[in-house]
Amino acid sequence: MVEASTGEPLCRVQGIYKSFGAVQALTDVDLDLPAGQVTALCGDNGAGKSVLIKCIAGIHEPDRGQIYWEGRPVRIHNAHDASALGIETVYQDLALADNLDIVQNMFLGRERLRHRFLDENDMERAASETLAGLRVTTVRSIRQPVGSLSGGQRQSVAVAKAVMWNSKLVIMDEPTAALGVTQTEMVLELVRNLRDSGLGVVVISHNLNDVFAVADRIAVLHLGRMAVQERASAFDRQSVVEYMTMGTAGMATMGPRANGGGS
Amino acid sequence: MLEGATEPDPTTLDPTAAPEKAAPLVPPEVVAQTLPEYLHGQWLRIKSGESGLLPVLLALAVIIVVFQVISPHHVFLSAGNLVNLFQQSAFFMVFAMAETFALLLGDIDLSIGYVGAVGGAIGVQLVQPATANWPWEAAVVVALLACAAIGAVQGTLITRLRLPSFIVTLAGLLIFNGVLLMILALGPFSGYPSLSGLSSNLHALYDFMWGHVTPLVGWIAMVVIVGLMSLSWILRDARRRRSGLVAPPPAVTYLKIGLLAAAGIVVVAICNINRAAIGTLEGVPYSIFIVLGVLGAWTLLLQRTRYGRYVYAIGGNPEAARRAGINVRGVRTWAFVLCSFTAGIAGLLYASFLGGMSNNVNGGQLVLYAVAAAVIGGTSLFGGRGKAANGVVGGLVIGAIYNGMFLMGWDVKLQFVVTGLVLIAAVTVDSLTRRGAATGSAGRF
Repeated sequence: MVEASTGEPLCRVQGIYKSFGAVQALTDVDLDLPAGQVTALCGDNGAGKSVLIKCIAGIHEPDRGQIYWEGRPVRIHNAHDASALGIETVYQDLALADNLDIVQNMFLGRERLRHRFLDENDMERAASETLAGLRVTTVRSIRQPVGSLSGGQRQSVAVAKAVMWNSKLVIMDEPTAALGVTQTEMVLELVRNLRDSGLGVVVISHNLNDVFAVADRIAVLHLGRMAVQERASAFDRQSVVEYMTMGTAGMATMGPRANGGGS
Repeated sequence: MLEGATEPDPTTLDPTAAPEKAAPLVPPEVVAQTLPEYLHGQWLRIKSGESGLLPVLLALAVIIVVFQVISPHHVFLSAGNLVNLFQQSAFFMVFAMAETFALLLGDIDLSIGYVGAVGGAIGVQLVQPATANWPWEAAVVVALLACAAIGAVQGTLITRLRLPSFIVTLAGLLIFNGVLLMILALGPFSGYPSLSGLSSNLHALYDFMWGHVTPLVGWIAMVVIVGLMSLSWILRDARRRRSGLVAPPPAVTYLKIGLLAAAGIVVVAICNINRAAIGTLEGVPYSIFIVLGVLGAWTLLLQRTRYGRYVYAIGGNPEAARRAGINVRGVRTWAFVLCSFTAGIAGLLYASFLGGMSNNVNGGQLVLYAVAAAVIGGTSLFGGRGKAANGVVGGLVIGAIYNGMFLMGWDVKLQFVVTGLVLIAAVTVDSLTRRGAATGSAGRF
């Protein structure tokens, strides 16, 4: 498949296979994740979205296939390798400690020290700069416990926590699943901000409204195979649903071909 | 919250809002530059469920006023009784600070009553001139190390074998009850090794609770402690301002320093009043310094170090802690070590309070009081919330009830009932504030 944008994508997944015992979760999957673009990863339940994401995030190791990072082949053995490359994942449960405040959550596990004690001033300043950079301006205080935040704000904190560490690719698993309309809009705006600052973003979503609202590219998995990946303008809702449910778009709407058959 | 009152949903990102970013990111109590604004900010905080020590301090005030009014000859607030009250509370306070480590993780340690008693018994046995005759320092070190080792074993069972802390430490409660009786049976003391005698080592342990510094030393120590605390607050504010962060208004810091100094002066003045019926007995008891030492050390550890931060994180969301790369098992195991170690300090204080160790020490009841004191003080049973200071205030509440009812000549039966009722009230406050914090946010944003 020829990508519209020029040059090497930030992250390229090529020919990934992954099985769990007798279950073949991923079969010969290719995926390009360019910088400065939002890629929506769609698929029905069990299509392999989470497995694919976890292969990139270092939770699973693929059985076969290769991941290229900025053009170089890399092996990602664990989450630590992934964050060393600049890959951060925001899982659906967000992994925030409700009793800790925003600063404490953002630095959890990577606290800055001064004379062996926590350097709260330094962390507070850096956290507030990151939040301001993401234009998250509505929290009452970065010293308030995360448990008192709204769903959208919690998502923002989780994203801010992910992008603090010079990350280049942010993977978001169902970021709007639990949110209302306004909160969803807030998170989608955040996703656009990430893209505009040059990061690659992957959004897993079931919600086609959200997909079409933010995605520059859409990739659809069907039964462990990559049914299609193409720029978002090449799809309409009907075709995405057909790819998700059948793996092909039978209607003569337009022509991104399935890449399972391969070159 | 301020802007949340007027706007139904201010949470949406406003791309144009970037220039005035700094303002809403800072808490109102920090942004406030005058005292009234600061107090208003604190009030908002309390309303949103971050009440801290306030409810328990109010409860303590009520208990003090009631007992002062009803106690015979209004003896409750006399100098002698207040020092007595503190000594009756001191080991509850330290036991509660011990239990805090387990509670912060969302765990519980039911064994610390008997573990502490074992520590106390080891200390008392080792300084007996008739048998071991160790120097008291060595006895204390060995007693505390033994307790820490017990904590390490229990913590390892809990974290490595993934056994529930409730069951492991319940077994510990039984086991160390037995171990306590074995240790007490050693030597020619018929199960009651005592700290009375002429040996200076016996005296040293006895003085943990009953010894005191001279009035002058008390004043000097107070000035040094208040001075260091004030200096650290002023330096902290100055450093925040230098880093471009907003510090509380100076008036607030001076008010805090004033209150601390006033509290220090009152405590030392009370302790320096002669409280003996015949002769002189005056000065700040050592036990105050021991409690303050434990409080200071554990406050520093829990609030200002990575380890402490990880304890809170695990108590709040163990999965988040694990994904953040925190060694959850290690942190939890060490928490049980620190819990038992601190229980050892409490046990030594308790042995000193009793003037020895006896086989009718009720470690089961001690641990229940420890949990009660921590929870009454504001530490959450659900993990992730609480400080060492909560245990100190909670211990004071339990000591005040115990002491007041003793003054009234009321039965021990009634004392159990009242303590139980206070505990119920404290747990109710605990879950109500949790619920308040959860629902309050829905209203705010």
